[in-house]
Amino acid sequence: MNEALKVPTMAEYMAQDKQPEVLFWVGCAGSFDDRAKKITKAFAKLLNNAGVDFAVLGTEESCTGDPAKRAGNEFLFQMQAMMNIQVLDGYEIKKIVTTCPHCFNTLKNEYPDLGGNYEVMHHTQFLKSLMNEGRLKVEGGKFKGKRITFHDPCYLGRANNEYEAPRELLQKLEVELVEMKRCKTRGLCCGAGGAQMFKEPEKGDKDINVERTEEAIETQPSIIAAGCPFCNTMMTDGVKAKEKEASIQVMDIAEMIANAADL
Amino acid sequence: MQYIPNILFLVILIFGIGYFTKNIRKIIRNIKLGQAVDASDNKGQRWNNVIRIALGQSKMVVRPIPGLLHLIVYLGFIIINIEVLEIIIDGIFGTHRIFSSLGGFYGFLIASFEILAVLVFVSVIVFWVRRNIIRLKRFWNPEMKGWPKNDGNFILYFEMVLMTLFLIMNATDVHFQEMNNGNIISKHIAGWMSGTPESTLHIIERAAWWLHILGILIFLNYLYFSKHLHIILAFPNVYFGRVTPKGKFANLESVTNEVKLMMDPTADPYAAPPEGAETPAKFGASDVMDLTTTQLLNAYTCTECGRCTSECPANQTGKKLSPRKIMMDTRDRLEEVGKNVDKNGEFQPDGKQLLDDFISREELWACTTCNACVEACPVSIDPLSIIMSMRQYLVMEQSAAPNELNITMTNIENNAAPWPFNQMDRANWINES
Repeated sequence: MNEALKVPTMAEYMAQDKQPEVLFWVGCAGSFDDRAKKITKAFAKLLNNAGVDFAVLGTEESCTGDPAKRAGNEFLFQMQAMMNIQVLDGYEIKKIVTTCPHCFNTLKNEYPDLGGNYEVMHHTQFLKSLMNEGRLKVEGGKFKGKRITFHDPCYLGRANNEYEAPRELLQKLEVELVEMKRCKTRGLCCGAGGAQMFKEPEKGDKDINVERTEEAIETQPSIIAAGCPFCNTMMTDGVKAKEKEASIQVMDIAEMIANAADL
Repeated sequence: MQYIPNILFLVILIFGIGYFTKNIRKIIRNIKLGQAVDASDNKGQRWNNVIRIALGQSKMVVRPIPGLLHLIVYLGFIIINIEVLEIIIDGIFGTHRIFSSLGGFYGFLIASFEILAVLVFVSVIVFWVRRNIIRLKRFWNPEMKGWPKNDGNFILYFEMVLMTLFLIMNATDVHFQEMNNGNIISKHIAGWMSGTPESTLHIIERAAWWLHILGILIFLNYLYFSKHLHIILAFPNVYFGRVTPKGKFANLESVTNEVKLMMDPTADPYAAPPEGAETPAKFGASDVMDLTTTQLLNAYTCTECGRCTSECPANQTGKKLSPRKIMMDTRDRLEEVGKNVDKNGEFQPDGKQLLDDFISREELWACTTCNACVEACPVSIDPLSIIMSMRQYLVMEQSAAPNELNITMTNIENNAAPWPFNQMDRANWINES
């Protein structure tokens, strides 16, 4: 299928005096990072396919402030948060879905104290609910029977106790899900959180993403499934460092579902 | 003259409990040097946590072997202490095994104490072997050199000695052995000693009895100087622990006020602060007084088990950061500040602080905020919150973030993204093929 994506902006909805079912918060990685943009598109395709009435903020979207907050810059975080809340409230947004667990966590947990109250879902949770409502068909297709391991994003798993939504989707894809030694509550971080994505790591004897990738490789997967654009980058780099890119792919669950449905 | 043992006992008891109380009050005072927190919310959830996590040990058993061993020592500690009640009554009033009139039930109690004593003894030996022979990595991190290492072993020796004394005391109690009620373990020890004159047995029994209660009082007072306070503080610590999702980091209210003012179009940018206005709060923490009372209670509660450090991605990949060390440093500095207050009546600047003198910037910047340490702690300690408070100080009070992060933050400020892309290009992905 090669139909053009239908991705309306909130401004367009506003002009037509309409309100979407859900706002798709794309996030900075999803907007600018070449790898993450593919995840964004895959998710948008799934939304189109399921007939979800959604919109994006487009050029009115701005960093949630997560990296600033985790770096210790509470000022910048709160400035970002309050500006975003003004935009979101201006559009009377009630429900948000995002493909980034960092945006998800910040919008869901840290905006309410600053006056921004929304129902916020991670895209795996949202896709699961679409699947349960029968709006989205998730079938194995080319992934059927493949060995796949899932890397828990810290800000979806430990931070928000969501371990099952991504796994349920993978099961629906009929893959052979093999867990890493450290998974779910004890899952090892990819190394990107807490603003580490944007700086060099401190001195040590190994990079965290390499440690995590080695653990993933131990499960002998053909795909490492991820649910976060930053984990995706870190694991992709790890796979390259271990020279395994010929046999192991790193894919977001949204990409896998879209791919299986040949979207 | 016949009351001398009773009086001696009472004096020792009062002194033992008195000194302990004094130190506990010191701990409370030190904790109150921190910033007050409001924990009046979610009472139901908090009590639930105390029952599940502290009483029920739910997070200990995540690691089954040490979890089970710890459960035995914990149950032994609580249940065998019923015996201490009898010892205290006997000691004060000069009675002997006052509860033995309970008959069969007494036998049941003593039998369970004796079985637990053996189980505790064995568990403690296994703990010792894990620390010293198997040398589990988490007990050999750099911060575990010297006192922390010895402290861990001393506690194990204490427990071995106390359990041994308890069993010897029972075994050499001729009257108790004759009752043959509940001496399920001690009768075997008594068997080995058959042939020993009754007068000798009596001396051993008295000695074991006195050493047992003295040992308990010494151990009680050792707590304050050791890492072992968790046997008491775990309960309040879990109560005051987190009741929100781990991903929710507290919003700094002092910052909120400033930001609201900045965003208020009617605010007068040239306004001077009103007469007598308080100086604005310091952002973040550079010393223990800037931390919250909960964070300081966390530091006293930590028993240095190292589960946090063994789960920390930074530590596992050889970085300097160790969440356990963050807790140990916080306590060491708080103790130092406490001594300063003891000496001077109130804290006098001593040219030192938690930042740099105890916790280095390299450690703070190595954290990925992944919450593995918080998840791992069996008693709801939150090392991550201290790391965050100190990062806040570095960034907001000192502008001392690593340069790459300064660039990231400048990008967020100028282009609304951590990378130098134009906000106007944010929706370009829609039309890119």
